[in-house]
Amino acid sequence: MKALKRYGGGVLAVLVATALFVVPLVFMVLTAVKDRHQAAKLDWSWPAHFDLVQNFGQVVSARDFMLVQAFINSTVLTVASVAILVVLAAMVAWVLQRRRSRWNGLANFLILSGLIIPPAVVPTIWVLQDLGLFKTMPGLILVEVAFGMSFCVMIFRAFIATIPRELDEAAVIDGCGPVRLFFRVIFPLLRSVIVTVIVVQSVAVFNDFQNPLYFFPGDQNATVQLTLFNFQSQFTSSYNLLFMDILLVTIPPLVMYLFFNRQIVAGMTAGAVKG
Amino acid sequence: MTVNQTAPAPSRQRRREANSINPGMISRRRKGSPYPYWFYLPAAAIYTVLFLVPTFASFFFSLTRWTIFNATFIGFGNFVQFFQDPGLSTGLRNTIIYAILTSGLKVVLGMLFGVLLTSKMIARGFLRSVLFFPVLLSSIGVGIMFSVFMDPDKGIINQVLSIVGIQGPSWLADPHWALLSIAFVDVWKGVGLATVIYIAGIVSIPQEFYEAARVDGASPTKCFWNITIPLARPATATVIILSLIGGLRSFDLIWAMTQGGPGFASDVIASVIYKQYEAGFYGLSTAGNVVLFVIITAIVLPLSIFLNRKEVEQ
Repeated sequence: MKALKRYGGGVLAVLVATALFVVPLVFMVLTAVKDRHQAAKLDWSWPAHFDLVQNFGQVVSARDFMLVQAFINSTVLTVASVAILVVLAAMVAWVLQRRRSRWNGLANFLILSGLIIPPAVVPTIWVLQDLGLFKTMPGLILVEVAFGMSFCVMIFRAFIATIPRELDEAAVIDGCGPVRLFFRVIFPLLRSVIVTVIVVQSVAVFNDFQNPLYFFPGDQNATVQLTLFNFQSQFTSSYNLLFMDILLVTIPPLVMYLFFNRQIVAGMTAGAVKG
Repeated sequence: MTVNQTAPAPSRQRRREANSINPGMISRRRKGSPYPYWFYLPAAAIYTVLFLVPTFASFFFSLTRWTIFNATFIGFGNFVQFFQDPGLSTGLRNTIIYAILTSGLKVVLGMLFGVLLTSKMIARGFLRSVLFFPVLLSSIGVGIMFSVFMDPDKGIINQVLSIVGIQGPSWLADPHWALLSIAFVDVWKGVGLATVIYIAGIVSIPQEFYEAARVDGASPTKCFWNITIPLARPATATVIILSLIGGLRSFDLIWAMTQGGPGFASDVIASVIYKQYEAGFYGLSTAGNVVLFVIITAIVLPLSIFLNRKEVEQ
């Protein structure tokens, strides 16, 4: 009886979770491969014929292959900003964790501020314009770096605390300068946490909508999230194309998830709970 | 921490010895600590220029009529307008409702799922993955997807409701429902993260407490109220703070689903900021930013101090 109760509860949980979380996604995938008329009904039916290739082609070629340009922009943005973030945040976290000085209090305060304070958007545009970086990719990359810095430093710092100091001392005695010590000895040791930061931040930057909307306007500049938003009105009567578009934009995070499932969850909780 | 405090002393002493003994060591030692301050520099430069400077500048520009190129000082005019204009102050109220509603639901559901998914049950791995997956989707994608699902006639939500005989509301077009509907979607998307944090918190509770309670004859419900809830407090604090900050800043989902409509029914401060920016009222938009800043600080700071103090008392 007890076993039945537990088993029944489990089955119920699986059914509810499936209904709430799997069904919407399956529905989206099915709609994405239907033809326009069938998709317009928004009903639960098996696709009469699979228009996967055709829908894909239409979505990609819409507005002079804007989605392709957007994917290139998003990829450049994500790769560049995450690469810069990883190196700079690790450097800060390492010195902050190892060297005790009067700067620590200030640094900790600034890190906390970065997590809490909402960025002041229009003044940021004003600064970017003065620097000649408004509406440019480098400008947007630097913005993502500035806004993501606090979170990354926090995760790195928690991990660096677990690396024994003796290692640094041994390297120094062997004649390592700070730069070599950091990049040759410490950086490779951070590998697992680097993967976490890369995955979590790439998903965050790739999915970011607000910053590109403010700091990277213009049709030629669109990132995938902006494109998705703009396509919403264009495809409003063609649910198959709209859902195909969402599906395409979802693929990169999905792939990340499949490969790094465990690490993402570990990183999310590490950053969150220790903060 | 003790290691940190004592470490510099011997090295300083060693340096002094090195100076007196071996002149060759001096040049090497002059490079200073192996943890140089200039490692802060690149990060600090970017952070200062693109985060701190705009934040400080926003306090000044919120008091001006501003066209990016020149700013006329008008005192608190923007703030007066912000609080008097019904369209703008709805945003203020909605922001608070939205943040409290979403973080409340995330705490309750996250705690529930967390307990469920740490108990011995079938398909635990499957449930964890399924629950977490929406966290990775983009708000825009989720928003568009659900605005199709929430279509009053054709959407699958109302179709399912009509099977059981309920006439569903027009989720996003009805001013009474619009903000709530978006909050539900926000919870759908974000509850996975809350659950994961709770799982981490619950797993770290020592099993001995439960065993001792069971020996004393405590029921599972009692164990939950008297052991799990108090000892998962750090997780609760984290979930509340994270989802409050997220909820107060929320923009993407709302913009993708209703753009603040119908009317101003689902406008929040972040969407008001964007609308004023788009309309060219940069001073007013920045005033919105300052209001958001004050609200977040006023709510999150005391709350986190309170939550952390309770934790220490135990």
